[in-house]
Amino acid sequence: MKPAPPAPSSLVARLRGLLGWEATIILLVFVALLAGALLSPDFLTASNLSFLTANFSEVALMALSMTLLVIVAEIDLSVASILGLCSSLLGVLWAAHVPMPLAIALTFVAGGLAGLLNGLLVTRLGLPSLAVTIGTLALYRGLAYALLGDRAIADFPAAYTNLGFGMVPGTQIPIPIALFLVLAILTTVLLHATAFGRGLYAIGANEVAARFAGLRVERVKLTLFVLSGLMAALAGVVYTFRFSSARADNATGFELGVIAAVLLGGVSIFGGRGSVVGAVAAVFLIGIINGALTIVDVSNEVLTIVTGLLLIGSVLVPNLLGRLRVARERRQPRGDAVS
Amino acid sequence: MKNRTLMVSALSALTITLGLGVALAQTPALTKGLKITLLPKNINNPYNVIETSGGLAAAKEIGAAAKVVGPSDAGASSQVSYINTAIAQRQDALILAANDANALLPYLKRAAAGGMKIVTMDSDTAPEGRTLFINQANSEGIGRAQVQLLGKLTNYSGDIAILSATPNATNQNTWIKWMQEELKLPKYKNMHLVKIAYGNDDDQKSFTEMQGLIQAYPNLKGVISPTTVGISAGARYLSTSPLKGKVMLTGLGTPNQMRQFVKDGTVSAFQLWNPADVGYLATYAAAALASKQITGKTGETFMAGKLGKYTVGKNGEIVLGPPYTFDKSNIDKFNF
Repeated sequence: MKPAPPAPSSLVARLRGLLGWEATIILLVFVALLAGALLSPDFLTASNLSFLTANFSEVALMALSMTLLVIVAEIDLSVASILGLCSSLLGVLWAAHVPMPLAIALTFVAGGLAGLLNGLLVTRLGLPSLAVTIGTLALYRGLAYALLGDRAIADFPAAYTNLGFGMVPGTQIPIPIALFLVLAILTTVLLHATAFGRGLYAIGANEVAARFAGLRVERVKLTLFVLSGLMAALAGVVYTFRFSSARADNATGFELGVIAAVLLGGVSIFGGRGSVVGAVAAVFLIGIINGALTIVDVSNEVLTIVTGLLLIGSVLVPNLLGRLRVARERRQPRGDAVS
Repeated sequence: MKNRTLMVSALSALTITLGLGVALAQTPALTKGLKITLLPKNINNPYNVIETSGGLAAAKEIGAAAKVVGPSDAGASSQVSYINTAIAQRQDALILAANDANALLPYLKRAAAGGMKIVTMDSDTAPEGRTLFINQANSEGIGRAQVQLLGKLTNYSGDIAILSATPNATNQNTWIKWMQEELKLPKYKNMHLVKIAYGNDDDQKSFTEMQGLIQAYPNLKGVISPTTVGISAGARYLSTSPLKGKVMLTGLGTPNQMRQFVKDGTVSAFQLWNPADVGYLATYAAAALASKQITGKTGETFMAGKLGKYTVGKNGEIVLGPPYTFDKSNIDKFNF
């Protein structure tokens, strides 16, 4: 029998009871849309929203695999560097007259291998993923420069670049975002409706217990790092075609946007908690705030500051909520400590 | 005496008539209240600030609502969101200095399809991405003039190097191509181009690249840095080096940036156009397009305020004028 929920004793508790973190973020998405509409009559137009969402395709794609990693209490800071490496590789292969389907396939192989190396270093050597992927962040970006130097490759065939910046026929939905939505649904199913997904929460919440329960923790983590590499490769292909430009410095710094979105989406940095819905809503929230500020000509520096504040807030607010809850439960001991 | 007075009055009359003619020719035709976005490569670069200030001045003259927006880094894709914002804001014209000739094309085409007039200045896109390109000076003229200047400064002998911006900056690469052409002439047979270094339009990177050139090539006699960031960072390094005054540094810089180095003998002479005039001309050109005075066809003419009459050249290119050499004798006449 599940005990009855406690009577809401504060505004915070009421918010939690009514909404939950994910619902709060989704609500904020609508608030941001409304605020954007009030700031500029040009904001809430189909073409502007279409562009605005296209603009965060790569971050959105990488946020999906990052969500899974953070739930098992790991992190991959090298995703943007893998993106840059894959973009450069795609450019180099194309410039060397490799047929495009093969070039894309090889790009995925490279992304998967980059993820595999991260995963092996973490699971076989037992190194913390934070340290490993700070290292590979530099390593993969360096490899991208080694491949392409300061050159740019731009002459991709229109059939492919159209996939990057085109719309799903008959709609204003950018193709990369349509792709993202499909993958988001698949990830949701994987995380919330399969034994594999349930296992991720178990590992994130208590790795030792999960191991005793028979979960193959190393193998799961390795799979997630490879998945992260593959997703970064996909983001790299999207980025390359969306800008029709392969460069070693592509998407520099994007890892921060990905992690900001995942944490703001309510995925706990300590593992064990979070959902795809939250992360996806947070990607949209950050993108919409950025878009609304850009359309009223707020400078780039301010945009960066806002993203930073969101990142801090996303770690701080859930933490404070948790502490408030613990403090409240101490004052009124009840049987419903497990929420 | 009498003749001279006559001539002066005739000249004055002519000037007034011309002035009136200018006023009559342009004022009625330019649409008032045009919305113009100026999008430089990045907003923190002093050159871009001067350039866009010229654009804002022109906008004020013609009663247009102009603004300057842009990224803080000069990455290929950083300008895309500003192009799309301009589309959303239904701007009449977009004036940009492109960070990448190709990355912006699909977005510029989308902007043009919505009726926005696109003008590039100092760094062009592929021609299908814009209607007009405002060139500061003929690329051939700039490239050759810089080698001519350095040749004079080094007595046409010794190793020389180039310190450029980013390797895919369209303008830099075209100039470098013409420098190499000029160097093929017999009078440069004792001058050898040993290296093209890239400072990425970043002060620190340019500084260390300059340091690297000096250390790597003991016979280095001169460096051409055709970028305002590169030449000032290079001059800063050179001014503290024992080779100050021995290695000649020239290139493209602004008088305010280079004044101290010209005065302390680090740099003898360098070149540039007036960047404010580039932005000024671009804004008049964009306004002429948006007001349907011109369509961008070769041979069309329009008036650009204080700069006078301009003609659209081949491929929609409009040349501001030849480069100008600054040295000790004239640098104090300029403040930009």
